[in-house]
Amino acid sequence: MSDTRYHPPVRLFWWTTKRSYFLFVMRELSSLFVAWLVLFLILLVRAVSRGEAAYESFWDWADTPWVVAINLLAFAFLVLHTVTWFNLTPQAMDLRLRGRRLPASAIIGAQYGGLLVVSAAIAWLVLR
Amino acid sequence: MTDESDDNITMRVTRYRPDKNDPPVPVDYGVPLRKEWTVLDGLNHIKAEQDESLAFRWSCRMGICGSCGMNVDGEPRLTCATFLSDYAPGPVRVEPLANFPVVKDLVVDINDFMEKLPRVKPWIIRDDDVTEIDGEYLQTPEELDAYKQFSMCINCMLCYAACPVYGLDPDFMGPAAIALAERYDLDSRDHGARERLDVLIEHEGVWGCTFVGECTRVCPKHVDPAGAIQRYKVKAAKESVMAFLLPRAAGR
Ligand code: SF4
Ligand code: FES
Repeated sequence: MSDTRYHPPVRLFWWTTKRSYFLFVMRELSSLFVAWLVLFLILLVRAVSRGEAAYESFWDWADTPWVVAINLLAFAFLVLHTVTWFNLTPQAMDLRLRGRRLPASAIIGAQYGGLLVVSAAIAWLVLR
Repeated sequence: MTDESDDNITMRVTRYRPDKNDPPVPVDYGVPLRKEWTVLDGLNHIKAEQDESLAFRWSCRMGICGSCGMNVDGEPRLTCATFLSDYAPGPVRVEPLANFPVVKDLVVDINDFMEKLPRVKPWIIRDDDVTEIDGEYLQTPEELDAYKQFSMCINCMLCYAACPVYGLDPDFMGPAAIALAERYDLDSRDHGARERLDVLIEHEGVWGCTFVGECTRVCPKHVDPAGAIQRYKVKAAKESVMAFLLPRAAGR
């Protein structure tokens, strides 16, 4: 028996057809920038461990326009990554308090609270 | 001429005739725009008044049977629960559900789902030999509450049509099947979680999902399949960690 069904083809740019698909692909893409920032941090730590001269030259490199541009872009993607994941977490967690399901806003709020505490601790370490 | 009966809306309906061997084409039909008319009413009007060869599925007209799913203006919708007036002045595009092979016009082939569904064993599994003859299994309202949401699924396939992962990888088990596995896992009468996890821990199971979240957004019954899948991932990850830490205990 021949197959008379029509099989819709998958289009290369399917992710541009809907806002939510586009946001999703951007969120996936943001992982690349997260990886870049990890690498950047490792390079910084390595420079610190190699002494004054290495540290200075690291910052000379980090101040070049293209590194600054990449870091700005990476920051934007990091914000997207954080916000979208925080918004999705309540769906992945079924936390119950006295039999009642914890509202999504409580879980999202707790994450921002955590972020704030960690950021404040790091800011205190760096700036004091 | 502002009489209500003169108000029309154009429905741009995708037609596919299997015998013609041509790709589907959009065909425009004018139908009366009445406040209480759904997209399904419009299709029935076309079939009754303009072209009786138009093929589409429906039954209950009240969002229960799950057979009238189509893509309306690109969004998977139950056409019996979608009002034409929301798309005025039109034209409103009516296409077969995305991600499924098309049999004719607006009728899609969901056999793939019918084959996948039994793989997650969506029935109560017991590891004792208690039978109905010994009496019914009792359940508290709280125990019912734990899985009730996931039991509301009407198999309408809107979530599969919305899922880009399923579109790209037809082997992916898909949202509704995983939500139904969760429905039985959470049932206090069931002991089959282990067996279902064996199926869903595979790549085509929960790990295929990249958490786009569209399935939950389009679900007309608020089943939240995306939530079910993420919770399954947590279960699967725990299982893998346990198997790594306690290789012997993790066996059957
Ligand atoms: S989970 Fe929702 S969208 Fe998916 S088949 Fe069930 S009722 Fe339809
Ligand atoms: S006709 Fe039954 S759900 Fe629409």
